[in-house]
Amino acid sequence: MKKNKTIINKTDWLVTLIYFALVFMGWLNIYAAVYDGETTQRIFDLSLNSGRQLIWIGSSILIIIAILTIDLRFYESFAYAIYGLVIGLLLLVLVAGREVAGSTSWFELGGLRLQPSEFAKFATALAVAKFMSGSMYKIVRKKDFLITIALILFPSALIMLQGDTGTALVFGAFVIVMYREGLNPWLIVLGLFAILIFILTLFVGKLYLMGGIITIAVIFIALGSKRLKRILLIMSAAAAVAIMVLSVDYFVSEILRPHQQNRIKALINPSGDPLGYGWNVTQSKIAIGSGGMMGKGFLNGTQTIYGFVPEQSTDFIFCTLGEEQGWIGSLVIIGLFVILLTRLVALAERQKSRFARIYGYSVASIIFIHFMVNIGMTIGLFPVIGIPLPFFSYGGSSLWSFTILLFIFLKLDAHRAQILFR
Amino acid sequence: MDENRKYIIQFTFVLIGIIYLIKLFDIQVLDSTYKSKAEDNIIRKVTEYPYRGLIMDRNKQIMVYNRPVFDLMVVPNEVEKIDTTKFCELLRINKQYFDESIQAAIKFHRQQPSVFLKMLSDKDFALFQDNLVDFKGFYVQPRSLRGYNYKAMSNALGYIGEISKRTLNRDTSSYYRQGDYIGISGIELDYEADLRGHNGVRYMMVNARGVIKGKFKDGKYDTLSVPGINLVSTVDADLQQYAEWLMEGKAGGIVAIEPETGEILTLVSGPAYDPSLLSGRSFGNNFAMLNMDSLTPLFNRATMSVYPPGSTFKPLQALIALQEGVTNDREQIFCSGGLVGDHAPSGFYDVKKGIQKSSNNYFYILFRRIINQKLSENTFIDSRLGLEKWDEYLQRFGLGRPLGIDIPNEKGGMIPTPTYYDRIYGHNRWKWSTINSISIGQGEILISPLQMANYISAIANRGYFYVPHIIKSIGEDGEPRSEYHVKHETGIDTAHFTTVIEGMEMVVNGVGGTGFRARIEGLNVVGKTGTSQNPHGEDHSVFIAFAPKDNPKIAVSVYVQNAGQGARAAASIAGLVIEKYMTGTIKRRYIEAYARKGEFIY
Repeated sequence: MKKNKTIINKTDWLVTLIYFALVFMGWLNIYAAVYDGETTQRIFDLSLNSGRQLIWIGSSILIIIAILTIDLRFYESFAYAIYGLVIGLLLLVLVAGREVAGSTSWFELGGLRLQPSEFAKFATALAVAKFMSGSMYKIVRKKDFLITIALILFPSALIMLQGDTGTALVFGAFVIVMYREGLNPWLIVLGLFAILIFILTLFVGKLYLMGGIITIAVIFIALGSKRLKRILLIMSAAAAVAIMVLSVDYFVSEILRPHQQNRIKALINPSGDPLGYGWNVTQSKIAIGSGGMMGKGFLNGTQTIYGFVPEQSTDFIFCTLGEEQGWIGSLVIIGLFVILLTRLVALAERQKSRFARIYGYSVASIIFIHFMVNIGMTIGLFPVIGIPLPFFSYGGSSLWSFTILLFIFLKLDAHRAQILFR
Repeated sequence: MDENRKYIIQFTFVLIGIIYLIKLFDIQVLDSTYKSKAEDNIIRKVTEYPYRGLIMDRNKQIMVYNRPVFDLMVVPNEVEKIDTTKFCELLRINKQYFDESIQAAIKFHRQQPSVFLKMLSDKDFALFQDNLVDFKGFYVQPRSLRGYNYKAMSNALGYIGEISKRTLNRDTSSYYRQGDYIGISGIELDYEADLRGHNGVRYMMVNARGVIKGKFKDGKYDTLSVPGINLVSTVDADLQQYAEWLMEGKAGGIVAIEPETGEILTLVSGPAYDPSLLSGRSFGNNFAMLNMDSLTPLFNRATMSVYPPGSTFKPLQALIALQEGVTNDREQIFCSGGLVGDHAPSGFYDVKKGIQKSSNNYFYILFRRIINQKLSENTFIDSRLGLEKWDEYLQRFGLGRPLGIDIPNEKGGMIPTPTYYDRIYGHNRWKWSTINSISIGQGEILISPLQMANYISAIANRGYFYVPHIIKSIGEDGEPRSEYHVKHETGIDTAHFTTVIEGMEMVVNGVGGTGFRARIEGLNVVGKTGTSQNPHGEDHSVFIAFAPKDNPKIAVSVYVQNAGQGARAAASIAGLVIEKYMTGTIKRRYIEAYARKGEFIY
């Protein structure tokens, strides 16, 4: 009893408070999203997403208690075991999984559906934290770096195989962690440059792009000194970019499926085909944009009630908030997320152990990627990538996985002094 | 360096939050287009079509009413597997039509209704309705078409039809939308604004699948439809039907007017057609058929065809001569028959005898006196001054320009002016002898049956007329258009009319009068025959008349194309129309039989 009281006192109250605020507001918005104007619908109705979410919330509280109760050392000691277990599940789901909307990422156990890819996030975070906190670890050492990358890419690739590209992309969050742990920032700049070339290739057309690359190379050569070494360097850089453009073009037209191509196209020009691939983004922006400053009021969002926004209680839950609570509501939610994220970074920085710090950064980064991509896609700043808004969207696997992800870190944080002592 | 990275990461988190809040502020607060788009999403504007105004005859008998028809609509996304064979059989369409229409509907919108099959009759609809539940995605939208109680007056009534692209583009009030019905000709067009009423609008809220969920803002912005105004025509439907029956098999026009008011009692264009042909699903086919017909049934001869008036023009010449003082009611003029060929014998003529015997030579002399009043030594200038004066009289009788009847596309005919002759012969190169054929209503003069009726109506009134019109009341107890209350004076003294009318009385009732076929026992009919020469074949038969002589109730003009002398076809028909209107029955069955038989050239 005394021990429990201690752990509750030591748990960061600000993060906990934001967690419960987001979960509670998420629950209300899930009800609003499924509400269709009929007064007979009740928020506790188990046939509605809102009723079911309440069960997920209740079970999450049990999970929190369990996490806070389990011995601190368990997480670090069993990091690889948990990682291995989840990898096993990811492999198993490819064979025995149930296909939902084109993705084979679900286990069905009785009436319960579980998505192992959701749990891969915290498992990978534990494994990466464990590996990178090794006493001999040096990120600049090629072997260490490559193993880190492999730890991250392996689950990501398996999830990609399930057909759930969105969740697979979330593993990009670890770039932030690696950056904090000393990754050469030029590698990130190079990565961003690659993404830029990728997007340009999609929309500009490869011939123009090749012309542009050659022009820039020629200008560089003409302006600078005429040393052979320099000229060769510029030419090989231009050739590399050109090869990249060609391979991106090949990748998009030959490997990306049409719906994935369309999602990326919809980002740039949603009005190009408002009833086709642009439908989601267009309707989502209309719903949010019609909210105004104060919003239309709880359960009064016409676009929400009449079902104009697809996937509204899961991926597009932010539309309900934007429409019914307006800019003020958006401000509150985005404000809470930003406070949560910066607080998590602060908590991570005060850790005495590398494991806890790296894990803390992983938590912040994963939540950040979800936050950025999910809200970004609803307002047309990101392509439609189907990943949930943490703590807010409807879905048991997602709520459980974020709860586990977050509270393992809070548990570590609560015992940070203890770790030092150890 | 690692310390910096912590801040860079935190800064990135905050930056993304700020960027999103700015973007959200833009779309939520600054940009109002999303609000209107959201309303567009959920609001469906449902137009309530009003009842189009009825058209009644002068005795309030309904001539034109509204007849319900049903458009079969389809919402492609709601269509489920159906028995297409049965479906096509019930609607009497083929599989190809079915496939093409469904494709067209899908192309228009998957979630919104489009017309699948237009204008099902109530009979077809009844047959189909029992099976409607089996055909999900199809529903029926009632509309109304025109129905007709009398197979008569098609040209004057006109018809309604779907609005054309051109009319739609010119509609600055943006009242109409594609697919709306609009008056296309006749009364339906002229009184469109009164007949159509006003569309009502309901704003309904629909969900993403197009299912109606309720009224927008409790119907705050809804408007009720206002039914169209009923019109009361001046026409006597029974008389109209009878007159058309007389015209069967003939081409021409009949116009009967109540002189006192200018109200048109009958307006016949022959050949006529059944007005219901241009109402309903077969509109297209029927219209093409009528339009191709060499007898041009769609051409309203009563208001749009113009002919030389022939001898029916003589009473007007007499009136002008009397008013100008170039003769008087007692002067005897010797006509030798040397000026022009003539049926009338040589001898002394006064105005009455000139009209009765229709002496060409007498009217040559009168017209020469009108034209050459010795106002100038130069005979050319004198003729010009005379013709100018003469033109003025004609204009005051409503000739040479459209009168302004409330039916579109009226033709004004032609009266020659000095400028006209200047163009043909050169300035001061023409005089009376150049233009003398217009003395007797031949040559360049062209007059429509409507103008003729108006002219005889002015004679019946002894000097004035009201513009002939076909709608006497907008609304059931209303007024005609204000211009039909304006009295038009001809500027000729009443006394001169008395003289001329006495001459015309003799045409019908005198011994050997050419208008004897219009003679009716107990009714003092006054008239004038005419035989209008034309280059295309037999002469047109023309007759104008009014009755009774004192206190006239009806004035008639009749043209029958290529039917020879006015004394035969036109006089018979005019007499029968008068008899029917004044007495309600026909006693002179032999005249009726003669007119119906239609053999006038012998």
